Amino acid sequence: MPDQHSHPTTLTVNGERHDLVLDPRVSVLDALRDRLGVTSVKKGCDHGQCGACTVIADGRRIVSCLALAVSYDGAEVTTAAGLGSVGALGALQEAFVDRDALQCGYCTPGQVCSAEAMLAEAEAGMPSHVTADVAALDPVRLSPEEVRERMSGNLCRCGAYPNIVDAILDVAGERGLA
Amino acid sequence: MKAFAYARPGSIAEALELAGDGDDTQTAYLAGGTNLVDHLRLGIARPDTLIDLSRLDFGGVEETADGGLRIGANVRNADLAADPALRRRFPFVSEALLAGASGQLRSMASTGGNLLQRTRCVYFQDRSTPCNKREPGSGCSALDGYGTYNALIGASEHCVAVHPSDLCVPLAALDAIVHVTGPGGERAIPFDQFHRLPGDAPERDTTLEASEIITAVEILALPWASRSRYRKVRDRASYAFALVSVAAAVDVADGVVTDVRLALGGVSHKPHRARAAEDALRGQPATPAAFEAAIDAELEAARPGKDNAFKVGQLRRTTVAVLTELTQTEGDRP
Amino acid sequence: MTATRDAQGRSSESPVLPLHAAPDPQRSAGPREPSVGTDRRRVDAPLKVTGTAPYAYEHPTTNPCHVWPVLSTIARGTIIGVDASRAAAVPGVIRVLTHADAPRLRVKADAGLWILQGPEVHHRGQIIGGVIADTPEAAREAAELLVFTYDEAPSKVELDPDGPDVTTAKVVLMRPGSETKGDPEQGWGEGVHRVDATYEHTAQYHAQMEPHAVIATWHEVSPLDVRATRLTLQDSNQGPLPHRLLLAPLLGLLPHQLDVSSPYVGGAFGGKAFPHPHLVLASLAAKIVSPRPVKLALTRQQMFSVVGHRAASSQHVRLAADAEGRLTMVEHVSTQAASRVKNSVDHSCMSTRMMYATPNRHTEHRVLELDVPPSTWMRAPGDFTGMFALETALDELAHTAGIDPVDLRVRNEPDVDPENGKPWSTRALVACLQRGAERFGWDERQAPGQRRDGEWQIGLGMASAVFPNMHMVTFAAKILFTGGRYVVQLQASDIGTGAHTVLAQIAADALGVDPDLVVTDIGRTGTPMAMVAGGSSGTYEWGNSVVAACEAFRRKHGLHPAEGASATGRSGPPKGSNKYSRNAFGAHFAEVAVSSVTDEVRVRRLLGVYAAGTIINPRTARSQVMGGMIMALSGALLEESYRDPRFGHIANGDLASYHVAAHADVPPIDVEFLPEHDPWFGAKGSKGIGEIGMVGTPAALGNAVFNATGKRLRSLPFTPSALAEA
Repeated sequence: MPDQHSHPTTLTVNGERHDLVLDPRVSVLDALRDRLGVTSVKKGCDHGQCGACTVIADGRRIVSCLALAVSYDGAEVTTAAGLGSVGALGALQEAFVDRDALQCGYCTPGQVCSAEAMLAEAEAGMPSHVTADVAALDPVRLSPEEVRERMSGNLCRCGAYPNIVDAILDVAGERGLA
Repeated sequence: MKAFAYARPGSIAEALELAGDGDDTQTAYLAGGTNLVDHLRLGIARPDTLIDLSRLDFGGVEETADGGLRIGANVRNADLAADPALRRRFPFVSEALLAGASGQLRSMASTGGNLLQRTRCVYFQDRSTPCNKREPGSGCSALDGYGTYNALIGASEHCVAVHPSDLCVPLAALDAIVHVTGPGGERAIPFDQFHRLPGDAPERDTTLEASEIITAVEILALPWASRSRYRKVRDRASYAFALVSVAAAVDVADGVVTDVRLALGGVSHKPHRARAAEDALRGQPATPAAFEAAIDAELEAARPGKDNAFKVGQLRRTTVAVLTELTQTEGDRP
Repeated sequence: MTATRDAQGRSSESPVLPLHAAPDPQRSAGPREPSVGTDRRRVDAPLKVTGTAPYAYEHPTTNPCHVWPVLSTIARGTIIGVDASRAAAVPGVIRVLTHADAPRLRVKADAGLWILQGPEVHHRGQIIGGVIADTPEAAREAAELLVFTYDEAPSKVELDPDGPDVTTAKVVLMRPGSETKGDPEQGWGEGVHRVDATYEHTAQYHAQMEPHAVIATWHEVSPLDVRATRLTLQDSNQGPLPHRLLLAPLLGLLPHQLDVSSPYVGGAFGGKAFPHPHLVLASLAAKIVSPRPVKLALTRQQMFSVVGHRAASSQHVRLAADAEGRLTMVEHVSTQAASRVKNSVDHSCMSTRMMYATPNRHTEHRVLELDVPPSTWMRAPGDFTGMFALETALDELAHTAGIDPVDLRVRNEPDVDPENGKPWSTRALVACLQRGAERFGWDERQAPGQRRDGEWQIGLGMASAVFPNMHMVTFAAKILFTGGRYVVQLQASDIGTGAHTVLAQIAADALGVDPDLVVTDIGRTGTPMAMVAGGSSGTYEWGNSVVAACEAFRRKHGLHPAEGASATGRSGPPKGSNKYSRNAFGAHFAEVAVSSVTDEVRVRRLLGVYAAGTIINPRTARSQVMGGMIMALSGALLEESYRDPRFGHIANGDLASYHVAAHADVPPIDVEFLPEHDPWFGAKGSKGIGEIGMVGTPAALGNAVFNATGKRLRSLPFTPSALAEA
């Protein structure tokens, strides 16, 4: 048996390396928020039911509440603050501002991270539930319906959904995906 | 949330050694974590030691010599859904994966873990209410409680929970094989024998022995499954568990059903292979009337409760619609 | 951009100016176009899209401890034993709190906040204990090990509208709870066309994305001077006023001893308007570990019993009309579940009193007290519920009478407010209905069950919308000139509404400067007292005070103020406004598709047309009403709670089982604001827009389902199960 209740864990968050010693119960989400003070990731449900805690870990979007930090030892984690800053917004962030794609703002960092990874998934040809024929292996064209389906893991209670979809489609268009 | 020790073995052998022959109250295996971490936090899973298998290499998606596929247990749902060979040969498996959970959860969840998902019955998830699955002998709160998602088929007086997986529904239809390894060596479990009905031991979801690890899922060749469909019915348009779901593949020649695979989700403690319907349909004309007679034969076993009787008609119509769509000739299609 | 928090969330007593725009004195010079009425980008958007706007739990703290609430697991009874031995033994635990040893509360200003004072359990999910520990993991683990034994009493948690214990509320919204005009039975008898139906919904939950959280710090400055004690709550709320009124006396503090800040709020919808009992637990814990800060974040599951909900209700409506569809009688009896702890009644019949002309009317608010947690305001309280009933009943009447539903409403348009005889300040309902019908293509509508698209049955539906004025009291605002900028200070709150953005626009016009030279300092005490963000009143009510403050500022300091110059202005509702009936109006149109295979309902289009006075910022206003329509769509199609009568809890109390709308549920939403200026709400001619999107939308959707399928659904939500059983 390994030593019990504390484990050395390294997380690289928005390019900055952090060496931590963690209780294995601590999620990536709580490691970021409670241990590292990285609050650009939000806790909405703590059970993978809302998407507010979405981060990009090693290139994939995950719900960080269901990711144990010890299991993500060595991961590169990107939060919304890693995709841009107030003075230098990322493309999706700029589009969210342009389209008024937020109200209270609490789900927004998760929406932005999810959208960033979702566009990469689309670029890689990943199908979705609304893809007409998964067997056709067609390149992905992001319609509004496709964006809505692919973003459905990010709940927004203020109802910014239509503006979020518009913002994502703006960027998808720039990247030749829409 | 109880404290636990954590170990990340470098090999299957090391994992088995760590697990010993302890039962699952002492150790738990971690893969994608999407269900287990949820349960750790809810106090449903209370292991002393968590054994992290998420980095073990069980192989990717490999085409087998006979035209089937071998899927390593750690292949993530998102990657599996996007796999070209899977999409061409067994499109309804990809569809089922894509109908489940969310983009985030699919990029975390593993193939092996998906098979081991536990029920989403609200009483199972709430430690303050009786539940035979969580606490054997305490009673079943769902029987007379919130029952919309309760089982229709194969439930017992001890448990009316349903299996929540989408992926497992087409895997049941395909007679997939679950490869496991454990203290007693390797074995291959036919899919139908992997999950179990609740009977008087609802705490046991599967026939896995203590400490056994799923290493791969194998789908045997079935060329006509390239025409297959998974349809899921749910309250929310996305990111919701099934009310019911239907996985079907049909082989038709000259307007007659020569072979069919049909499985139903959201209806039973295990992914429900609809063998009565299959038997009724083989050799019949590919018509809505025949489809309806077939699913009715299956649904004779349905025993609805106070809140889920609507699922009977929903299953009937959804099954007929799926089979009709699959058997439409090109000219009939919109 | 709040003036009290910078991007890193550091708190500061002096305002911090926006980071990305240096003031340019040239921009304040010369004549300028008004900002009100023009699009302006949400000023806090850059912080929010980068995740750097700090919410309650996120303020930097030094060496905080954590408190984890323990909730009752019975619906009614008495605690007869507590075993804290295992809980106290968890490493890192500082203190276990129960009724036996919790600090005493002082003034019972709010019965719902009276926790840990005795062994009585009034509802399932009541806070009956708490564990203070060094880490959240230890606090949670110990909380799970704290064992209570109960003497359980019989409980009742289900709404039975015909039960013997139902009572009539005497006063609702400061008006009689029950009222009768003319002779309703005679009017019923005169009816050629009649509807008699009951409309229901289960308890609904705000499900704000940000769970309620707080950092509480208790500063005992001196044991000799208790009045020097201060409690600081870094909270998530709709304004600090109710905290000071209710929470301070409860804790034995004078209002000014309670400092509250809430610069960013992750969704509120009425559920963060009043303090909830978790704040009491956090405050008591802070008192114990003073001066160490205490952090508390409710879990999603705990929110289903601790922080309120929209009460379950049953609405009985009878309508009678003559051959031309003119209403001869309207009756609306609302029966609502309430908590025995604290009885809060939604004004579900109020819109029925004023929407349509009729000589005979009876409306009545009834209540059944149950062993359930207290309900609270939830977006469009009363109006959401009542207008679902009334506007569905009107659709039933239209169908029975063979009259177009839009036309039926036009035929019953009243000249004056039917409840009180007052003239309308403005009422453009008919214009909204007609413009909506034209814009939506209402003439495409066919008889029920006629339109199909493959397996999908297509239907159109509509409903009227209304939201009343809620401005009643005089409040103040202050303008401070510092660093070349004008700082607007008042206890307002931006809960996602855009208050930061639009209050600056209002101030800019009143001061005659560019809005970028105006900074808002809201969401904290230490600024002039104002009403909470509620009742859709913020923009006109706060705006009024802001205009008064700006005018006072210019009078006092002229066009070239000195650094540090300030002025306060006060304002109430416009003089003479109570002579008018003041409401915003609107019309909702919906197209739905209902699967004939699965009974799933999908919304294809949704339109809202509103006459809501001057629109201060069309961009944020559109987002806000769209958000209301979407929350209503969610409530209409998805949101169903199941309170288990055996255990007293919401069995499906999490976001996997209590479904709120996801992206895939929401179609393109169309919004139009009709030009309107109403001088009787406030200085800028605007009305409230925060809630009207919620009102009537469920009826429009249900009416569309009827048009698609011929099935009339009278209970929310319209799930496949409901369709199958209709």
